[in-house]
Amino acid sequence: MNAGERLTDANFPAHPEKATLEGKNKFLGFWLFLGGETVLFATLFGTYLGLRNMHLDGPSGEELFSLPLVFLATMLLLTSSLTSVYAVLSLKQNKVRSLQGWFIVTLLLGLGFLGLEIYEFIHYVHEGHTFTSSAFGSAFYSLVGFHGAHVLFGTLWITTLLVRNWNRGITLANAPKYYLFALYWHFVDVVWVFIFTVVYLMGKVG
Amino acid sequence: MATHESHKKRSGLMDWLTTVDHKKIGILYLLAGGFFFLIGGLEAILMRIQLMEPDSKIFTGELYNQLLTMHGTTMIFLAAMPIIFGFMNAILPLQIGARDVAFPYVNAVGFWLFFFGGLLLNLSWFLGGAPEAGWTAYAPLSTVAEDTGVDFYVLGLQIAGAGTLAGGINFLVTVINMRAPGMTFMRMPLFTWASFVTSGLILFAFPALTVGFFLLMFERVFDANFFNPDMGGNVLIWEHIFWIFGHPEVYILILPAFGIISEVVSTFSSKRLFGYSAMVFATVLIGFLGFMVWVHHMFTVGLGPVANSIFAVATMAIAIPTGVKIFNWIFTMWGGQIRFTTAMLFAVGFIPTFVMGGVTGVMLSVPAADYQYHDSYFVVAHFHYVIVGGLILGLFSGLYYWYPRMFNRVLNETLGKWNFWLFFIGFHLTFFPQHWLGLMGMPRRVYTYMSGQQLDGANFVSTIGAILMGLGTIVLLINIIISASSKHAASKDPWDGRTLEWAMPVPTPEYNFAQTPLVRGLDALYVEKAAGNGEMTPAEPVGEIHMPNGSILPFFLSLGMFVAGFGFIYSNWIVAIVGLGGVLVTMFLRSVIDDHGYHIHKEEVEADIKGGRA
Repeated sequence: MNAGERLTDANFPAHPEKATLEGKNKFLGFWLFLGGETVLFATLFGTYLGLRNMHLDGPSGEELFSLPLVFLATMLLLTSSLTSVYAVLSLKQNKVRSLQGWFIVTLLLGLGFLGLEIYEFIHYVHEGHTFTSSAFGSAFYSLVGFHGAHVLFGTLWITTLLVRNWNRGITLANAPKYYLFALYWHFVDVVWVFIFTVVYLMGKVG
Repeated sequence: MATHESHKKRSGLMDWLTTVDHKKIGILYLLAGGFFFLIGGLEAILMRIQLMEPDSKIFTGELYNQLLTMHGTTMIFLAAMPIIFGFMNAILPLQIGARDVAFPYVNAVGFWLFFFGGLLLNLSWFLGGAPEAGWTAYAPLSTVAEDTGVDFYVLGLQIAGAGTLAGGINFLVTVINMRAPGMTFMRMPLFTWASFVTSGLILFAFPALTVGFFLLMFERVFDANFFNPDMGGNVLIWEHIFWIFGHPEVYILILPAFGIISEVVSTFSSKRLFGYSAMVFATVLIGFLGFMVWVHHMFTVGLGPVANSIFAVATMAIAIPTGVKIFNWIFTMWGGQIRFTTAMLFAVGFIPTFVMGGVTGVMLSVPAADYQYHDSYFVVAHFHYVIVGGLILGLFSGLYYWYPRMFNRVLNETLGKWNFWLFFIGFHLTFFPQHWLGLMGMPRRVYTYMSGQQLDGANFVSTIGAILMGLGTIVLLINIIISASSKHAASKDPWDGRTLEWAMPVPTPEYNFAQTPLVRGLDALYVEKAAGNGEMTPAEPVGEIHMPNGSILPFFLSLGMFVAGFGFIYSNWIVAIVGLGGVLVTMFLRSVIDDHGYHIHKEEVEADIKGGRA
């Protein structure tokens, strides 16, 4: 069967994302890539932990961070992870419209998160906490900014994926792509959980 | 079966620019890595000419620092690693009986990123001066340098490093998913095992370097303060990040050489490798321990006796699996029918040389003693014994061994022996005296020394040795030119090989195996030879073979990175945005253009088999 052919309920495999060798390779390769990404973020976390109290004359994290705002952002992102799970469930049941719907919700929640983050950063800059104001500033914007850039890339990715495959149903070629995006999105979400804990909660309690 | 008519055969330059064939990418890696090896070697010889006499004034100060920095950086990132990747590409898929790698397109991206990154770094020579902060680029040396040299270093290596990571993931998945029927993990040749572990190390070590380079780039280009103590920064963060990457990097380099030596020693002793499973275990253990010894590069920083002791013990522990390997190579030769070909000479020369580098390594792992050796020529002698005496001898061995498979020609053995003896004697002449130079107090990285301090003689001998190594390399170049102009094609199995890469005709068909082979034991080809078959038993009937299409996108993606690199170096945001935009456009095109590859028809494969071409 051609990998680009629309799957029907009759020939739908149990795991469409891993039904071809290409799919299997992508699945494994992407998990490994996320392993490398873990080291990338671990290094950024280490740098942040080493420098988080070096705010000099500028405001400290305790003075800056507003937990209600960050909590809202956290909820948006956690919910978007849940909706991407629903999208993958739809993928496995060959329900393409439902898949598209859930991924659009995921996308909107991700954009909402990005909006809050941009608002937060602008607010901090007005408070005198900038990328160049201190080592704390550099480390904070690098860690949180790297995560934000990952969210941004994810939104571009899922948009491209949805538009390109809008009328194509689920195929053996695009099933791994949808699945990989969901994996990526979960990973970005997990990183945020650590940022919420290490940057914001630990920043608040000292 | 749907066949896609979109496939068009490209020829000449376009074929090489668009190829996704791992065999061709392997040759590209080998050529580019070999080119950078010559540049790095030239830089080394220029340094040795400056150090030949005391108070010499040929290449002093800034220029010497540039030579020093570029020699180390080029040799590690642009010569050694790409040549390793060349062999991995050319040989690993064949050794596991695969038709292709897991991600042929990503593999091509990896090569072009490395190529353009290396090009960017080396263009610094012509654009305001090369970096001069050492290959380790310690802050604040690297952060306060005002010219653009370090910017070229950061951006060039960042781009090349991304390519390395892509290559590493590709090989991990290839080994896990693409093995032929019967090729279990514990039947994989040692070179494949070593490459597999090395790819794992790349996956977990390179992202740390990626972040390190980002931080250094932010510091230089966007005025960040990670390493600026005046603004609360800490220079040690760079050192930690660099060595968290840097020490695994040492094993990324040496493990494939261990793999090559294992193949060569076994083949030319006509014996199976002694202690195969112990060798596999030792390889994995070295890879694992390699991640927890980075502080031994920082003993004199002052992290305290507890930290130093823990990392010292971990470092010493690595000597154990390494010792296992040394003994297994010797026991493989024991009682074997040894043939001293050039490849075998390099392998046999490797063993005692690497042991000497290992012994000085254990000496350096003792913190109290390290306070004496640190930053002296003793350290220079040590790491050249393991990297040149270990890795480079291994790569030469692999080159002579696999040359017939990669280029369909056998290198001349007489010239090969000249190559070996000139290089081997030159190597020991260069670096053996440096142990004493170091113990007598000569510091590394310094461009001159005074006469009358008993440093003259050893330095003179060292320079003579370096010239001999250069001559040895020239002999290799002559050998390659002679073989390229020769009309005698190699036979398919010139060394009476034991592993799968010798099981198909030369030149290797583009689909590698007309029929995927059935592997029935360790040393798969030898098993069939011993059973009287002489060739592999197929695991499948002749059928259509699916192949990926070539693509120019990897070239343009990497070109976009190259352009963006210039934008960041000169803080020209328009150029940076154009470059990164180009990268995104190529990614977008790759995503939206369906490319399911093409099929080679059964009739063509049958014709190839009949004609002896497959």
